[in-house]
This record gives sequence, structure tokens and C-alpha cells, in this order.
Amino acid sequence: MFPSDLTTILPELVLATYGLAALIWAVFSNTQKTGTALVWLTSIFLVGLSLWIGLATTGTKQAFGGAFVDDGFSRFAKVVIALSSAVVLLLSRDYLEKERILKFEFPILVVFAVLGMMIMVSAQGLMVLYMGIELQSLSLYVLAAFHRNHSKSTEAGLKYFVLGALSSGLLLYGASLTYGFSGTTLMSGISEAISDGETSVGLLFGLAFLIVGLAFKVSAAPFHMWAPDVYEGSPTPVTLFLATAPKVAAMILFARLLMEAFGPVADDWQLIVGGIAFVSMFLGSIAAIGQIDIKRLMAYSSIAHMGYALMGIASGTEKGFQAMLIYMVIYTIMNLGTFAFILSMRKGGRPVSDIYSLGMYSRQAPIQAFSLLLLMFSLAGIVPLIGFFAKLYVFLAVIEVGMYWLALGGAIASVIGAYYYLRLVYLMYFGEEGESLDDDMTRTSLITLVLSGVFVIVGVANLFGIIDFSQAATGMLFN
Amino acid sequence: MNNLLTVITFTPFIAALIMMFFIRGEEATAAKNIKFLALVATGATFLISLFLILGFEPEVEGFQFVEEYTWLFGLRYKLGVDGISVLFIVLTTFLMPITVLACWKVEHRIKEFMISFLVLETFMIGVFCSLDLVLFYFFFEAGLIPMFLIIGIWGGERKLYATFKFFLYTLLGSILMLIAMIYMWVDAGTTDIEVLLTHEFSHLPLPFPGWDLIGGIQSLLWLAFFASFAVKLPMWPFHTWLPDAHVEAPTGGSVILAAILLKMGGYGFLRFSLPMFPIASEIFADFVIWLSVIAIIYTSLVAMMQEDIKKLIAYSSVAHMGFVTIGIFSFTHQGLEGAIFQMLSHGLISGALFLCVGVVYDQMHTRQIADYGGLVIKMPVYALGFMFFTLANVGLPGTSGFVGEFLTLTGIFQVNTWAAFFATTGVILSAAYALWVFRRVVLGDLVKASLAGVRDLSSREKLVFAPLIIMTLLLGVYPSLVTDITGPAVMELKNHVLASLPK
Repeated sequence: MFPSDLTTILPELVLATYGLAALIWAVFSNTQKTGTALVWLTSIFLVGLSLWIGLATTGTKQAFGGAFVDDGFSRFAKVVIALSSAVVLLLSRDYLEKERILKFEFPILVVFAVLGMMIMVSAQGLMVLYMGIELQSLSLYVLAAFHRNHSKSTEAGLKYFVLGALSSGLLLYGASLTYGFSGTTLMSGISEAISDGETSVGLLFGLAFLIVGLAFKVSAAPFHMWAPDVYEGSPTPVTLFLATAPKVAAMILFARLLMEAFGPVADDWQLIVGGIAFVSMFLGSIAAIGQIDIKRLMAYSSIAHMGYALMGIASGTEKGFQAMLIYMVIYTIMNLGTFAFILSMRKGGRPVSDIYSLGMYSRQAPIQAFSLLLLMFSLAGIVPLIGFFAKLYVFLAVIEVGMYWLALGGAIASVIGAYYYLRLVYLMYFGEEGESLDDDMTRTSLITLVLSGVFVIVGVANLFGIIDFSQAATGMLFN
Repeated sequence: MNNLLTVITFTPFIAALIMMFFIRGEEATAAKNIKFLALVATGATFLISLFLILGFEPEVEGFQFVEEYTWLFGLRYKLGVDGISVLFIVLTTFLMPITVLACWKVEHRIKEFMISFLVLETFMIGVFCSLDLVLFYFFFEAGLIPMFLIIGIWGGERKLYATFKFFLYTLLGSILMLIAMIYMWVDAGTTDIEVLLTHEFSHLPLPFPGWDLIGGIQSLLWLAFFASFAVKLPMWPFHTWLPDAHVEAPTGGSVILAAILLKMGGYGFLRFSLPMFPIASEIFADFVIWLSVIAIIYTSLVAMMQEDIKKLIAYSSVAHMGFVTIGIFSFTHQGLEGAIFQMLSHGLISGALFLCVGVVYDQMHTRQIADYGGLVIKMPVYALGFMFFTLANVGLPGTSGFVGEFLTLTGIFQVNTWAAFFATTGVILSAAYALWVFRRVVLGDLVKASLAGVRDLSSREKLVFAPLIIMTLLLGVYPSLVTDITGPAVMELKNHVLASLPK
């Protein structure tokens, strides 16, 4: 029993060992270059890990009495998480060096956050679920406050911590109610308990609290309040990290929990999740209109995008979950590209995030501006770019189950949302020319930006096979 | 050649890519190369599209030149043309070289300008030949991006307002259509337009609290498509974006907007609304007809009072599109035929009128009618051309404008005499505003000192107008050129619609 458990969690074990070893090594050889070296090493390690997870293992294996699972759904998520975190690390290096905060703790905290996320996406019991979330969240709290001489960053860290702790509390309360009324913490057990007897009010309360807690983690409205402040205050690499991998992990967890534990009462949660999605889409789209800080703007944009991804979950079908996976991958890639640009927004060597500093950027740097234009239209969900297909597929999923109001709401919200993405394009292409941005984008940022620009347009042809992978992943969850 | 449609659609796009990546070097040389490349590419597209028209067999039922490949999510990349769409493709490819030539003098960011136009051409052709719902939407909506940039970068003073309004207004219309399309996809299990044309959508009344929606699902779908096409066409009262967009757009942008982009709305009615939702179309026919009649009269009156030439032409476009919709929703052979004819003819005439305005705007940088007068003295050739297109716009027999209006009015007269009566007053009104503006701009004495330096058409500009004049006359005296091609397809469409209606 026990050895097979260990082989199932081998990737996590390896990652944990790597993190601890790196920590020890870094403490003993703490020089200027340790941070840089660790960033490189860690990103290479994460790429290797994702290749290993993606290629080596197949099938479904459970461990620890069914509390932990290694299946296609989780492996898909792990690959996305590890790869995007590796890209985040590579993108961060230059920014952190310029800000003189490239300490060795940064890559190590990212490693532990990734470990937490990997546990989250594999969780099949409430205990493991909570353990993963906390490991991830604690690392992220510290990361948000990483620029500790900077009042906004410490403020962001504190806010994130307080609200995050609150949400963890709600989640835990939900978990304990669920445990109390079903007598088990395993998702399969909860599902059995529901289908066996009458659905008790206590279980539904537990469900509601769990949903609220997870909605906090994915920053879906009306539980989004922390996101704009934390996004704005954190150092930009951390904002990027917050906007990508943790969202994927929390969304996957959300899907798995609702499907595997509360599948029999899908009618009850479909409406709640649909409602959250609806509110998120509108709030994200409307509130972003007034923003002039691009990081805050991206925070609201991510709230809206979480709404669209949640639509996929709200449908409660295999197609919907697949749509959600595709949405999250596309969302992550678009965000990596956009933030690669935001990371290199500087004036006179100092980072800026005011959108008006983009004025007539297209004249100064046509390639970057064009890539960003593609990304903006893609984020807005305009054809012929890939963001449209992400939305199309979630719309299809909810229309198939007859939730027309949700699709209609999403459609209207996307028109409202188009406004602020268009505004960025307008500033770059025909805005007022102001003091221009520095012209020293690093090669990593440039490559990421251009590649994601290429992805959003070329991906229209066949999505680089993401459809097949996501189909295989969700197929396992539903069988 | 089995991939003819793909070749036609993507030739401009490939030219745009070449332009983007390979044209470098000194500014003046690069600008020259860019213009020639754009001209060659659009010209070549036109020549290739001639193969399409030569190879097209009007008598054959259904779609021709069909190509099909699978795409994402079980969607299809499927292209094909029938008698309704083939001429729109040729109209597009015909007008593009002319537009490029007309924009020869653009200096400001010429590379981006031409790239936008070429990409836009690809999207426009794609709209008319796609045979998959989502592919259609893909092209239909994608045109917004280059148009947003064209108005935004090269537009006039209020370009910001105009371009955002244009974008968001049309996007809102088409996104509702998208939801309807997804519903159709789920309902019919396919996005293949050929299959959908024969799929019957439920028309059982839908119960709502307190009342029943007649036409049921079909009515809802019809309304969603209507939201998109009525904005695009545009129909009164959804037309308010058009005058703004036209006024602020550069000349080339206005030409494309008036001549081709507006036609997508009319084409959409013919391709989707009528054959796929015949019962709902019947239910809403009177509604559309009366909206069109209001549009014809109201916008003609509004046009009369404009002080800006471009705005005047924009309002006149809305009025002319009113004839298109009454023709379509008369469900008669003449009406449908006339609607297609009117769209093609309006494409030539309104495009030419915007080019006329562009000629004087390039020299004087004003669009106010009051700033002109007496141009005929300095610009006799120009005055002749302008007069020709003004009269064609009014619908003078012998020009293509007449045929379109006559056919649509004949069509509507058979089903609704009163609507025909009121719509005909629109013809008189159009004569009033068109002739009046011609008098104020071109005739009279040349008293404005600022106009002393105007020069007549250059040989390039003559070259721009010549094909338009020839085509307008040719279609005016020999309309069978068009009706021979559209006739069988229109007949098929009409029979299909009438057969689907409950007896």
C-alpha cells in the first residue's frame, strides 16, 4: 500500500525535495548570483517536471485511500501550471534584478506555491484539498509582499493574507459541515452519501461555503475584492504569477470538487456557479472601464475571464469542463504575453503602470505594439483571434444545457469588456503622444510577447492540439 | 481549379503578410513599393475572380466551387458560392483596386493603411463565400478590427467617438447573432449552412407568462439575426453609427464601408433570415417593410438638411438600403432580384460618390457644402463625373440605380400598395437632396477665394472613375448581366420560402 502511494505522488515528492534542497543550498551559498542561478535552475526543473508528468504517466492512480489522485485531469493541469510558472520565472528575472529584489527566496517560494497547486489539482479529499490550498496561499502571501521596502507591496501582502485567511476559514467551515453531514472527507464518499439518502440542508450549506471559499481563490465576483488591490500592489512578476497558475489550479479544483463530490446535486450548484459567473463577467467588464492602472485593469479583466471559465463549470457537462480547460489554457497564454509587456513598461528606468504612458507606442515599437494589439483583441474575444474560440466553446456548453440567460449575459458583458481593451489599442495606435516608454525590452519578454501574439492568431487553425488533450483529460473525469 | 475560392479569399492576406515582413528600406521607396504591391495584389485578386464568374453556371442548383475541410470543434472550413453571393465577391474584388488607386496620395503610415485594406478585403470576400455558420461569423466580425484601425488612425477630428461607436454598436448586434448561431448549432447538430438551409427550426408558439410568442424559436432566432443585420445594413433606427463613421473615415474607408460592408447586412437577410426562418420572416415582414419606408422618407429628409457632404451621402445610403429591405421582404421574384441589384448598383454609385467627395476633400480639406460652389468652372470633367453619379444615385433611367429601385418597387407594389406609394416618394426626395447638393457644390459662380486654386481630375483620378462609370451605365442598359446570374438562385430561394410557409 504505502510504496504505491509514494510512486503516485512521486512528481510532488521530487518537487518538494528540490525545493528543500535548493533552500539549503541557497542559505549556505548566499551570494549575489544565487538568486539568478536559482531562477534559471528552477525554471529548467519545472519544464523538465512538466515534460515528465505529461509524457511518462498514463491512466488513473489513487493514493492514500482515495484522498489523492493522479489522473488525466490533474496531469493536464499540472503541465499547464508547471510550464506557465517556468515562463513566469524567466520573465521575472530581469524585473527583479532591476528592482534589486532578486533574492533566492523568490524562486523557492514559487516552487512551494507550485507544489501546493499540484496537490490542489490532485486532491480527492477535503483534507488534501485544504492542505494544497494553504501551501499555495501561504507562499503567495509572502510573494505579494516580496518588495518589502515598498509600502504598496506590503499592503498588498497584508490584504491578501487577511482576506485569504477569511476565505480559507469559510472553506474550512464548509468542509467541516460537509464532513459532519456525510461522515467522510473523501469526495467519492460525499457523493455516495448524497445519492444514498436525502440531500440534507447541512450538506448544501457545506457546499455553499465551499463554493464561496473557492470563488475567493479564483477571484470571482462578488468575492473578488482583494484582487485589484493585490494585483496593483504586488511586484509585477508576482501579479503575473497570481494571474496565471493559481487561477488554473483553483479552477480545476473547483471543477473536480463540484463534479466528484457534489455531482448528484448538480442542479443545486449549477445555478450558484452560473450566478457567480454572471456577476463576475459584468463586474469585471464594467469596473475595468474606469481603470487607468494597467495592473488594476488586468485584475478586473481576469475577474471577467474567470466568469467565462466558470460558465463552463456551470454547464456541468463534460463539454463544459473541456471548454473550461481550453479557456484556462488560452487565458494563461494571453496573460503571459500581456504581462511580458507590462513587466517591461518603464520610464527613465522606473517601472510604470499608467495606461496613458502607452500613447502612440506603435510608432516607437511596431512589433511589440502589434503583438499587444492581437492580444488585446483576443482578450476581448473578437474574431479572428483565439480568444473568440475560447468564448465560443463555453457559450456552446451552456447553451447545450439550456442556460440561455448565462450565454446572453456573457455575450453582452463581452461587448462592454471590449471597450477597455479597445482603449489600450487606441492609445497605442492613435492616442496622444506623451513621454515615451523606455526602449529596452528584454529578449525574454519580447519573445514571450511575440510568441503569444503568434499563438492567438495561428492557433485559430487547430489550437495546437489543446482540444485533444483537454478532451482526454475531461474524458477521464467523467468515466 | 478546386481551391479557387480560397485563392481569391487569401491572396490579399498573403500580400499583406509580404508587406508586413518584407518591405523595408527608405521611406519614399518603401511607400512606392507598398502602393504598387497593394495595387498588384488587389488587381490580381480581381483577375482571378473573373475565373469565378466565367466558370459559374447559373442554372445549376445549390452551391458551386465548394471546398471543405474540418476545423476546430467539429466546425468546418467550407466555402462555396451560389447565384446570390457570387456577384458580391466580384463587386468586392472589382472595387478594391479602385480604392487602392484612389488612396494613392495617402502619406501618413501608408504601410499600415494598405495592410489594413488588404486584410479587410480577405475578410469581406470570406463573408460572401463561407458556408459554415461560425466561419461566416468569423469573417463577418473580423472586418471590424481593420475598420476600427482605418477610422481610428486615418480619420477626421471626431474619429475616436466614431470608431468606438462603430465598433461597439456592430459588435453588440453581431454577438446576439452569435448566440443564435450557437443555438442553431446545438439544435441542428451542425454548422453547415447547406444543411441548415433545409433544417426546419421549430415555429410552435412559445409560452411566456401571460402571452404566447408566435413563431416561437424561429422568431427569437430571426430577431437575433435581425439585430446584427439591421445594424450592419443599417436600417432606421439602428443607423446612427453610420453617419459618424462615414464622416470621420478616410475616403478609402468610406468607399469600402458604403460599397461593401453595408451589403453584408442585406446578404445576411438573403442567406440566413429568409431561407432558414421563413415563418418568422413572414411574421415580421410588415414590420421590416414599414421600418424601411420610414427609413426611406425620414433619412431622405434628414439628408436634405445636412451641411456636410459625406453625411449627406451617408444618409442617402440608409435610404437606399431601405429599398433593399423592402425588396427582400416583399417575397416576390422582382423584389428579391431588385434587392440584389440595388445592392450591387449602390456599391458602385455610393462608392463613386465618396470618391468624388474625396477628390475635393484632398485639395480643400473641408467637407462643408457651404465651403464649395461653382466648381464646374475650374473642374469641368469632375463636374461631369459628379453629375453622372448624382443622377445615378437619384435613379435616372439608363443607370443602374434605376433598375434596382424600379424592381424593388415593382416587387413591393404586388404585396403592399401603400408601402410602395410611400417608398416611391423617397425617389422624389432623393432627387431633391441630390440635385440640390449638386447645385450648391458644383454649379453657380465661383465666388470663394479659397477655391481659386482647385485643379481638375488628374489622369489617375480619371482612371479611378472610368470603370465605375462604365459599369454603372452597362448595368443600367443591360441589367441581364446581373439578373441572368442571380435569377435561378433567387427563384429557388423564393420557392423555398413560399413552400415553407403554412398554407
